[in-house]
Amino acid sequence: MTGFIDIATVWAFIIAFAVFVYVVMDGFDLGLGILFPLFPNKTDRDVIMNSVAPVWDGNETWLVLGGGGMMAAFPLAYAVLMPALYTPMVAMLIGLIFRGVAFEFRWRTTQSKRNRWDVAFAGGSLLATLAQGIALGAILQGVHVEGRQYAGGWWDWLTPFSILTGLALAVGYALLGATWLVLKTEGELRDKAYRLSWFLLFAMLGAIGAVSVATPFLHVQYTQRWFSWPNIILTAPVPIAVAAVTAMLLRSLANKQDHQPFFLSLALFALSYAGLGISMYPYIVPQSITIWQAASPPNSQIFMLFGVAVLVPLILGYTAWAYWVFRGKVRPESGYH
Amino acid sequence: MFEGLDAVVLARAQFAFTMSFHIVFPAFSIGLASFLAVLEALWLWTGREVFINLFNYWLKIFAVAFGMGVVSGIVMSYQFGTNWSAFSDKTGPVIGPLMAYEVLTAFFLEAGFLGVMLFGLERVGHKLHFFATLMVAIGTLISAFWILSANSWMQTPAGYAVNAEGQFVPAEWLKAIINPSFPYRLVHMVLAAYLTTALVVGAVGAFHLQRDQHLPGPRVMFSMAMWMATLVAPIQILAGDQHGLNTLEHQPVKVMAMEGHYKSHPDGAPLLLFGLPDQAAGRVKYVIEVPKLSSLILKHSLDAPLAGLDTVPRENWPPVPIIFWSFRIMVGMGLLMMGLGLLSLWARWQGTLHRSRLLHIFAMAMGPAGFIAVLAGWITTETGRQPFTVYGLLRTAESASPLAPPAVASSLIAFVIVYFAVFSTGVIYILRMMATPPHHGEQGPRGDTPARAAGITPAAGVAVRGSV
Repeated sequence: MTGFIDIATVWAFIIAFAVFVYVVMDGFDLGLGILFPLFPNKTDRDVIMNSVAPVWDGNETWLVLGGGGMMAAFPLAYAVLMPALYTPMVAMLIGLIFRGVAFEFRWRTTQSKRNRWDVAFAGGSLLATLAQGIALGAILQGVHVEGRQYAGGWWDWLTPFSILTGLALAVGYALLGATWLVLKTEGELRDKAYRLSWFLLFAMLGAIGAVSVATPFLHVQYTQRWFSWPNIILTAPVPIAVAAVTAMLLRSLANKQDHQPFFLSLALFALSYAGLGISMYPYIVPQSITIWQAASPPNSQIFMLFGVAVLVPLILGYTAWAYWVFRGKVRPESGYH
Repeated sequence: MFEGLDAVVLARAQFAFTMSFHIVFPAFSIGLASFLAVLEALWLWTGREVFINLFNYWLKIFAVAFGMGVVSGIVMSYQFGTNWSAFSDKTGPVIGPLMAYEVLTAFFLEAGFLGVMLFGLERVGHKLHFFATLMVAIGTLISAFWILSANSWMQTPAGYAVNAEGQFVPAEWLKAIINPSFPYRLVHMVLAAYLTTALVVGAVGAFHLQRDQHLPGPRVMFSMAMWMATLVAPIQILAGDQHGLNTLEHQPVKVMAMEGHYKSHPDGAPLLLFGLPDQAAGRVKYVIEVPKLSSLILKHSLDAPLAGLDTVPRENWPPVPIIFWSFRIMVGMGLLMMGLGLLSLWARWQGTLHRSRLLHIFAMAMGPAGFIAVLAGWITTETGRQPFTVYGLLRTAESASPLAPPAVASSLIAFVIVYFAVFSTGVIYILRMMATPPHHGEQGPRGDTPARAAGITPAAGVAVRGSV
């Protein structure tokens, strides 16, 4: 039976890893969409789009792995959470449709109408981000479960807390987008991205603070997890690390070191994500269903583990290669104007 | 509008609607990815400019179609959870891993190499670029493998056990993956994708040959497409026949619905060519039939008995009128495809392939035939599985999420509006690109001014880097 417990924990980490890679990779390209209205210049927009056009599809595939992997490894959790998050999920899917097709459509329409797909890209990105953040908040606050099914209504997810997490994620993705532009562009576009990064960093810190303060009020278990002795020895390094990364991020923005802000922002995300993990473990549906209760049988999880062990390193390898092929600063295309 | 409809019916409508839109794109992009790989290989091998022009021409169309396939596919992967949570809980341990393998082996492969395929020709060199194209093409086929395995398991479940929680759990993976209907369905669907693409390519070629029969690009693509129709359409009819016999063995009720056999025929069943199935009365009205032919096709004997729906409890009947008609539409399309292939072979032999007006009009009319056949075929097999999601084991009514009807109705309305707005626009963009013939110095997806599709011809040879 211990083997069974181990494999479920392994799978919890795999799903968490997939979702985190998704946040890392799609976060910045959704963030670009959120920032799009602030860059009305057509040349800037072309550069922004082209900085992610070769990789966005791969970025979103991690979302499919997160969802598909959860259905396979933790079918009960998938079956409970998806109906509980019904409206945010549908909104996210619709947002992803609009922004996804915009990558090609905006080049295929006539000049005068191009803005329509720019609006779709920006609106779709914002909608998908808010929906993801709201879903996160709704999971943290817990859902009503009876037997093996969700037993709440289709608006239960809507609370001040979930709105807060929705906005927080939008701020965070926008920070990733702005620092990505710092990394990938030059000239006035980069300078503007620097200014935005400053503002968004402070907004993000505010958001992290607000969510951190609000979370313990959701369930007493979260408070105990973070503040009771001896847990606090293990949890205290998280806020300390956040402070350290923030200091480094501020310095890299001040010194205009193009390569650093994006990766330091990702570190900030990683720490926030670790904080979420600390709060949730070992529940996959907080306070209702643990990873062991939700796990599919070992036969299913082991079968997939072979695939993950062999294929994920391979996937990370060729994905890195694709980023490498399109490395460096993106320049405006000469043939367009 | 939705009063009196329950959440299950709405969820089924939503799945049918989003699936019908989605399947069109992969059916096209599976074939197109292979076609692009062949074009690039021919270019690398022969060095002829016409092949790289055709490659870039179809690559732009592929980019738009593939993007629509991706976003409509993400909807499908989450819809299992949102609308069919009971199904996901019960079947997740078996079909979840199949779909996870699809993501790991296919989606990442396609997505990882798509960027290089679309924008990387000048960055990575010809050979590595061809490798990327090949990976995308192979990825589409691997994707078909896993998703059709999962689908086939729902039709002909095998290699499973049922645990204390009522979940289907894997007992023998190989039997679950290679379940009885899977090999037939895989062959039938991949051939369908190739035919669908060939018919679209052929129609575009014919359209441009109508105006100028000397255009090199359209000549080559029309010829390639017609070879495909000539060779693959008969093979597909054979594969379909084998698939049908497999269905008769494992899902006889589906075949009863396809044939319109409400009543059993102890000494030779007729083949109903046309008729109006009346589900309530349990009979087919205004029948035109060929006596004993159904028994000959299905049992290879004129007098072989065939059971009808009268041997099946009524609560297990699938909706016969839909299946009866969608099956006939699919078969009709298949026969027309074979007709086109034979006509083109005749024209080729006569030396009139590139100037036969009749052939070109026929080929243009057949442009959408593959899509129609694919949709009709899927409607036949999925509706024929009803009233079960896992055939004979899990009823559709017991598979849905515990949602209030207004929730499902609202999302259905939202998807309908968004799909029509977004995907019809995408199809218009694709048709616009198709309306211009491939030309000398054709550029890839970014080496082209966006206004080109509207008819403004860019100066050939403008040095434009890809998406840098």
